[in-house]
Amino acid sequence: MGKIWRVSGPLIVADEMRGSQVYEIVHIGEEGIVGEIIGLEEDRAIIQAHEDTLGLKVGEAVEGTGKILSAELGPGLVGSIYDGLQKSLLAMADDMGSFLKRGAKALALPRDTKWQFTPVVKAGDMVSGGDIIGTVPETELIEHRVMVPLGMKGKIKEIRKGGYTVEETIALLEDGGEVRELRLMQEWPVRKPRPYKQRHDPSGLLTTGMRILDYMFPLALGGKAAIPGGFGTGKTVTMQQLVRWAQTDLNIYVGCGERGNEMADVLYSFRQLKDPNTGKLLKEKEIFIANTSNMPVVAREASIFVGVTMAEYYRDMGYDILLVADSTSRWAEAMREMGGRLEEMPGEEGFPSYLGSRLSSFYERAGMVECLGSPGRKGSVTIAGAVSPPGADFSEPVTQNTLRIVDALYSLDVSLANKRHFPAISWLMSYSLYADTVSDWWDKLDPGWVETRMAGLKLLQQEAELEEIVRLVGPEALPEGDKLLLLVTRMIREDFLQQSAYHEVDTYCMPAKAGLMLKTIMKFYDMATEMLSAGKSVAEIRSLPVVYKISRMKDVPNDEMPARAKELWGEMEKAVTTDKTVS
Amino acid sequence: MEVSSLYVKESGAIKRAKGSLLVAESIPGVKFNEMVDVRLANGEIKSGQAIDISATATVVQVFGGVSEVDLADSKIRCKGETLKLPVSGDLLGRIFNGMGEPIDGVPAFVPEGYMDINGEPMNPASRQPPSEFIETGISAIDGLNALVRGQKLPVFSGSGLPHNQIVAQVIRQATVKGKAEKFAIVLGAIGVSYDDASFFMKNLEETGALERTVAFINTASDPVIERISTPRLALTAAEHLAWQHGMHVLVILTDMTNYCEALRELSSMREEIPSRRGYPGYMYTDLATMYERAGRVFNKEGSVTIMPILTMPDDDITHPIPDLTGYITEGQIVLSRNLERKGIYPPIDVFLSLSRMMKEGIGEGKTREDHNNVFMQLYAAYAEGCYLREISTIIGAEALGERDKVYLTNANDFENKFIAQGELEKRTVEETLDIAWKLFSALPKEDLKLIKEEFTERYLPKQEASL
Repeated sequence: MGKIWRVSGPLIVADEMRGSQVYEIVHIGEEGIVGEIIGLEEDRAIIQAHEDTLGLKVGEAVEGTGKILSAELGPGLVGSIYDGLQKSLLAMADDMGSFLKRGAKALALPRDTKWQFTPVVKAGDMVSGGDIIGTVPETELIEHRVMVPLGMKGKIKEIRKGGYTVEETIALLEDGGEVRELRLMQEWPVRKPRPYKQRHDPSGLLTTGMRILDYMFPLALGGKAAIPGGFGTGKTVTMQQLVRWAQTDLNIYVGCGERGNEMADVLYSFRQLKDPNTGKLLKEKEIFIANTSNMPVVAREASIFVGVTMAEYYRDMGYDILLVADSTSRWAEAMREMGGRLEEMPGEEGFPSYLGSRLSSFYERAGMVECLGSPGRKGSVTIAGAVSPPGADFSEPVTQNTLRIVDALYSLDVSLANKRHFPAISWLMSYSLYADTVSDWWDKLDPGWVETRMAGLKLLQQEAELEEIVRLVGPEALPEGDKLLLLVTRMIREDFLQQSAYHEVDTYCMPAKAGLMLKTIMKFYDMATEMLSAGKSVAEIRSLPVVYKISRMKDVPNDEMPARAKELWGEMEKAVTTDKTVS
Repeated sequence: MEVSSLYVKESGAIKRAKGSLLVAESIPGVKFNEMVDVRLANGEIKSGQAIDISATATVVQVFGGVSEVDLADSKIRCKGETLKLPVSGDLLGRIFNGMGEPIDGVPAFVPEGYMDINGEPMNPASRQPPSEFIETGISAIDGLNALVRGQKLPVFSGSGLPHNQIVAQVIRQATVKGKAEKFAIVLGAIGVSYDDASFFMKNLEETGALERTVAFINTASDPVIERISTPRLALTAAEHLAWQHGMHVLVILTDMTNYCEALRELSSMREEIPSRRGYPGYMYTDLATMYERAGRVFNKEGSVTIMPILTMPDDDITHPIPDLTGYITEGQIVLSRNLERKGIYPPIDVFLSLSRMMKEGIGEGKTREDHNNVFMQLYAAYAEGCYLREISTIIGAEALGERDKVYLTNANDFENKFIAQGELEKRTVEETLDIAWKLFSALPKEDLKLIKEEFTERYLPKQEASL
């Protein structure tokens, strides 16, 4: 046991700590504040405190635990709300009311819940790390596949069926005369990526229900994306939409250094909203980490790793997981603060020089993998991280370091947000390298996706160029063809790309509907071009009833869209033919 | 220093005094962030705080600077406590300085308890999502950037803009529909001129709200270090009234720019590595630990709503102070010098302004069913009008098409009839929405794409109404 030698904010130096290891968890002072050793120098340990250090004294006890920062893994994670150190916030609310006290203890997994365990292997079977030995119905949507902890192997000596808590023995494993007990719960050090058999390229569309993502800048399962944006551009709403509607098996929301009220809003809405595909409540497939901006800074660093460790654990069961982190900038700031206290030589803008490698150590844990153990299965972790660049200036270090790692960028634009064009994802600045990856997926659903998507993006690019001219000569001076192009791109922007997160139908748009919507607008362009050459003016075309009807496609429920599209196409064809007969 | 008496922990030699920092030999038993007294040779006592403690040295930050400290005879004496505010329901009607000492000449009250001014973080799982609409009577706020109970909504202003008047108008007019509940106002004046502080006090007095008010006043001539504690004291008082006495508290903090300047000053004295423009890297977290104290809690009556005012240096919204604030708060009300020059009061720039909690507070049963649609359509129409206004400055308004001219006029009407209103004019939210509908009646009906047809049927004035 050591004692405090120095306290400076979250930095603590303790004496008499010989025998400790780096990243070991320690308990500090009477209240047992959680800290983590980040450096050792002879028998002196440098510790970052994950909780407020107010009131600590020189000489107070520092106790090592011999364990490094680990996450508890087992049934009971799904539907829970954790702080950055995986302490259950709901349990803490029950124990001590609405405000968080220092040094409070709350375990991640409830110890008294009995889970119904059904074995899938039998006594005498040989098993090794990652093998599935049984299942537990964790929530209505998640079947928890209990795996042999990584690194263990042997013969199943005994396996039990029935109701067990996470700490009770469910099986005995015999390995060379040594018998080990298996439980529903296991632990894993959060900073260490969980191993897998083989890594694959990302594949298949991660359906988000957002048109601009799914159709224009698709995200693939196992991919990584960044969402940078100045304040008020809708980062948080975009992240929330992602975890709400993403058609993955399990979604993890890491709220890192962000707003408490917004977090409360997400938590509340997940108890009301239903998954569009399964009709079950969203909380049946979500895990939350809420380390809001007023909670201890250092725990922000841990929160991201705790989140991704849980994601990997469920990936290893063969699930597709989406993890969103809001916001990685706050996480980076926590690193900067510690770096400053440690008097490290700062890199750009005071951030530590290892910012880039720390960011990649997080994003690189995304991926589509062949899991260890039998039966053979694939799982994926997809990561989307929000970035909050100061002054919406994307040249700052966190954004730039992130862009080097991710393959999809959803760039949020302040001027779009000011005009209340949401999601304010810029179609000119964003990109996705997964377009080729998901083209097979799209081809099955919507042949012609590649061409329609390119045509749409090209029109928007042409609009941007025309816009420059409009600013000089005014919209009236343009030739009719260009005026029509501006009308159509406006329709693409307002009637397709804009999507309301708060409209009961529009909030979740299935890819099939998105495809029909854009095709209808492109069809309108063809029709209007024809009418234009037949002598109609753009002003006349603009006031056609079909234009208004196209703008209302958003409100059409997903399953009614094919019928509506047919109706609209028929109407457009009729308009062209009547036009021809009249002229 | 070798021996200290059993009860009083005192330092020996002070080794260094510079700026506001004293470095002394280690004081056994001193706590991190503990309050200390520094006793000077002439008997004067200054307050300070232990900001870095170790077995070899104690670093003390002295409130009010280290003038007259001499290294030989000054002593540092520990008080055994971190900074705490005595709290009680009797806080109401009182005026304190930036250290929490009464300055209204009335004797101190008997406290119900002492609260750490840093507060405790609210458990995110215990937070109740804010959803009660506060009617401020100002169209640009109620209609487009609605405020709800438990929100933190700052006013981003510039020097010389009427932010004080607007906030005073909010204080005067704010009500929650159909409810008469216990409310209180907490004012934290940070480094403001005497005039600004007295403007608010007079205003509160005139409206008879003074006995519902607690004020913490640190004027420009008071010690800089007290600017760090002023907003925290105000929030601690607010929390006590909200969570212990079930009151709905509106906290006004003005001017947070002075707070951030003070933070920068202290940080540079502590020789910390600066971040953007010399502000400390932890400024985001520091501001967040204060602003996040706004909110509502399940199973508790009261609420804390925070309305900080800050002046953007050089009207620059990307300056670190407004920038970091915007990342923490749930939106912002931004004042525009352009509108001010056009003589529009309140000069609220609706594009840059935003209320993140608005959607929770509006709609059927809260304001009116059409509110959300009207809000979206107003923005769309005004954005179009402003874009055309920009073009018309180059090509001339005459060169615009008929439809475009309609939008241009509409943008002007929007500014003059919707945004502009009197300082004493209180509009109900229904009145605000009706003005919007009158504006819509001038637009082509098929352009009202963002509004449900049933609302257009119900609310659109049947013939072209003149405003």
